[in-house]
Amino acid sequence: MSESVLQHAVKTAGSMIAFALVGTLMLAIIYEITKDPIAENEAKARLALFKQVLPSDSYDNDILNSRVTIEPNDLLGNKQTSIANIAFMNDKPVGMILESIAHDGYAGDIKLLVGIHMNGVISGVRVLTHKETPGLGDYIDFARDTWISIFDGQSLKKTASDQWKVQKDGGQFDYMVGATISPRAVVKKVHETLQFFNTEKKALLAAQKEQKKTALAEVPEGTIEESIEINIEHDKPKEKAKKVSK
Amino acid sequence: MKQEYKDITTNGLWTQNAGVVQLLGLCPTLAVTTSAVNGLSLGIATALVMAASNGAVSPVRRYIPNEIRVPVFILVIASLVTVIDLSINAFAHDLHKVLGIFIPLIVVNCIVLARVESFAAKNEPVPSMLDGFMMGTGLALVLTLLGAIRELVGNGTILVGLDLVFGPSAQALMWQSDNYSGLLLAVLPPGAFLGLAGLIAIRNWFEIRSTNKANTAPPAIPVAATH
Repeated sequence: MSESVLQHAVKTAGSMIAFALVGTLMLAIIYEITKDPIAENEAKARLALFKQVLPSDSYDNDILNSRVTIEPNDLLGNKQTSIANIAFMNDKPVGMILESIAHDGYAGDIKLLVGIHMNGVISGVRVLTHKETPGLGDYIDFARDTWISIFDGQSLKKTASDQWKVQKDGGQFDYMVGATISPRAVVKKVHETLQFFNTEKKALLAAQKEQKKTALAEVPEGTIEESIEINIEHDKPKEKAKKVSK
Repeated sequence: MKQEYKDITTNGLWTQNAGVVQLLGLCPTLAVTTSAVNGLSLGIATALVMAASNGAVSPVRRYIPNEIRVPVFILVIASLVTVIDLSINAFAHDLHKVLGIFIPLIVVNCIVLARVESFAAKNEPVPSMLDGFMMGTGLALVLTLLGAIRELVGNGTILVGLDLVFGPSAQALMWQSDNYSGLLLAVLPPGAFLGLAGLIAIRNWFEIRSTNKANTAPPAIPVAATH
């Protein structure tokens, strides 16, 4: 035995640390390189999703950044804070995109994206994620079936509260035989999302205005920075000239 | 040298096939193969990760102390999978939409670790990469076949969604039966076990028949090493 147990252990630990460091460094570099493209891709994907629930020509603001945080709420079913995006046309609110979660699906949560016009009429609903049985309950997913379009144009005014059920339960919403649980959960959650919208829309708009104000207050700072940068740019040739003269 | 590469290829694709002989990495194999395209996508991603991890471990194999080789292998595999995941997400976002959920699954696929441990830790980089790629391709074939069977029996379709992976031109390969209500069992988890069992049986049948034909050795049923 040329080396003691301790020496051997230190050597082994050393090489483990070395490998961990190389791995971490590699991940850090790749993360830095891919961070911006990934964020851009995700924003694009999100915008494409928004387009499906709220027509993109109905608003003219930067909808991704026009948002309000919503605290956990029973009607929306969110257990963590969720985000509502508000659409504006010529600075007038025209619609809102809400996320809600139905917990009573057949298997796991069903995450919904609901686009609502300011007058309380639904412009579109999409299922974001679900774990319903493939081939049975998954027709709630737009990728598989157009069933989810039955909510287009629906509102609390148009359909009475006791009619917000699948036909089997005495409501007016269509469903496919053999799979009632998934559509039942979706219908209930869309109804609750509308109720949330009706009671909270004023508060949400007020909160958004508040956020916008703080955002506006920050803008002048940005412009000052920009002007400073421009000044520096102007100074540069002078510096160069000085160097030359020296 | 050439013979060695040939052996590696036949080993990966047939003799030691990861899916139906070694039966390694059954978790993703059974869970993901609800359609041919899902199987193919996971298969391709696995093959790439296996080639990369074998290629990464082989050059440094002499510097890895024997006692900690498994943690180091897992570290290398996990880092590589994350790098590939991030890169696909950033530079091939459409592909990431399809493959995205499968890529992190590859870390827990024990066939990747098994090939690093049993091949890359003992061989030169080039044969190691080939071994990883061929083993992955063998698995990809099984996944695609199993996915195709389950998709056909379960939904009456073949290769639906291929255009998401290979672009709209792939639509020509997609096929859908007009009046088949589908057998749901095939798409559900039991269908995966039944389908895999069928594939293993077919492979064993081929193997027994070829040994009988050769008549050199008594028919040997390949014993699967389960993990």
